[in-house]
Amino acid sequence: MIVKSEHEIFRRRGGRNAALGYVLGGFVVLIMAVTMAKLADGDLMKGYDHERPAGNGVRIVQ
Amino acid sequence: MTDVSVDAAPPRAQSAAPEAGPRDYWALLKPRVMSLVVFTALIGLLAAPGAINPVVGFAAILCIAVGAGAAGALNMWFDADIDAVMRRTAGRPIPSGRVTRDEALGFGLGLSVLSVMMLGVFANWLAAGLLAFTIFFYAVIYSMWLKRATPQNIVIGGAAGAFPPLIGWAAVTGGVALEPVLMFALIFMWTPPHFWALALFAEIDYEKAGIPMLPNVAGAAETRRQIWIYAALLAPLAILPAFTQVGGPIYLVAALWLNARFALGALAIRRRTEAAAAADAFKAEKSFFGFSILYLFGHFAALGVEALLRLTVGDYAAAMALL
Repeated sequence: MIVKSEHEIFRRRGGRNAALGYVLGGFVVLIMAVTMAKLADGDLMKGYDHERPAGNGVRIVQ
Repeated sequence: MTDVSVDAAPPRAQSAAPEAGPRDYWALLKPRVMSLVVFTALIGLLAAPGAINPVVGFAAILCIAVGAGAAGALNMWFDADIDAVMRRTAGRPIPSGRVTRDEALGFGLGLSVLSVMMLGVFANWLAAGLLAFTIFFYAVIYSMWLKRATPQNIVIGGAAGAFPPLIGWAAVTGGVALEPVLMFALIFMWTPPHFWALALFAEIDYEKAGIPMLPNVAGAAETRRQIWIYAALLAPLAILPAFTQVGGPIYLVAALWLNARFALGALAIRRRTEAAAAADAFKAEKSFFGFSILYLFGHFAALGVEALLRLTVGDYAAAMALL
């Protein structure tokens, strides 16, 4: 016997999950679009956190 | 094999609160207020000198909208008790039991942090800082403190709604100038007469909730006087942008007409007695309230037209003078 749960609460929860999915998907697309736009505008995208400091401890950034 | 449909007992069947749907969370963001925020922030962004990538501009506006929505959710979280008392707000998600206060608090705080951080990354940290301050001002200074403490709640609290054009401007320029400050002043000075006109005919609701709105603290006559004073003070401030880099002939004409009508409406309200207002069911007050929405929209739409003209045909006023 297959028991199907058909309560309004499951429909609501499904709707809420779907909405959250769309929002998260949109957020990913937005981040990607802004990254591409900034790169196209020539923005620098590196964080300068991986460069070897100069001998006196001063980080040289060009 | 039998296929049996059963109405399964929901996990929260014992609770009075049904599970919230996406629309309830959307309602927590106060979409009507958000639309005004989006519009004024967009005008601030368009009017600002300098260029912003349209994708980055869109993302910045989205962050401002979400930040404003988050502030709305925090306001509903804190004001759930008084929202339940007033007819106008009793159907909101928390008083109607569709969303719990804790859910609204988490939702508001989460979106606040996210919107501020993302605006900082997308645009700049001045714009993000201004957005953070706006959320703080609306949720803490206005909702938690001023609203229940003083009949001047709307006067000072109106600043929260006045920040979006400043944030839009800052997102493009990375700074603040006289023009966005004038846009701020326009919304700031417009808010009290707009809400007091509403409070004149919705007085019973505010009184029932124990909110010290001007009509039920200082009386209707004083409220009418204050509406007129604010409208008179607002006019020069609203016309001034016409003579800055964001204004022009179109804005000047629009501002002159809108302010003349607004001041005349305020004067009509000032001259009315309560008996006259009650006799025609607050017709003039309702009409003034309706026009006040058009008033604000008209000023910012005119600024938008000026900005788009400058963007497409350059200094159109100078070109017209040469003809």
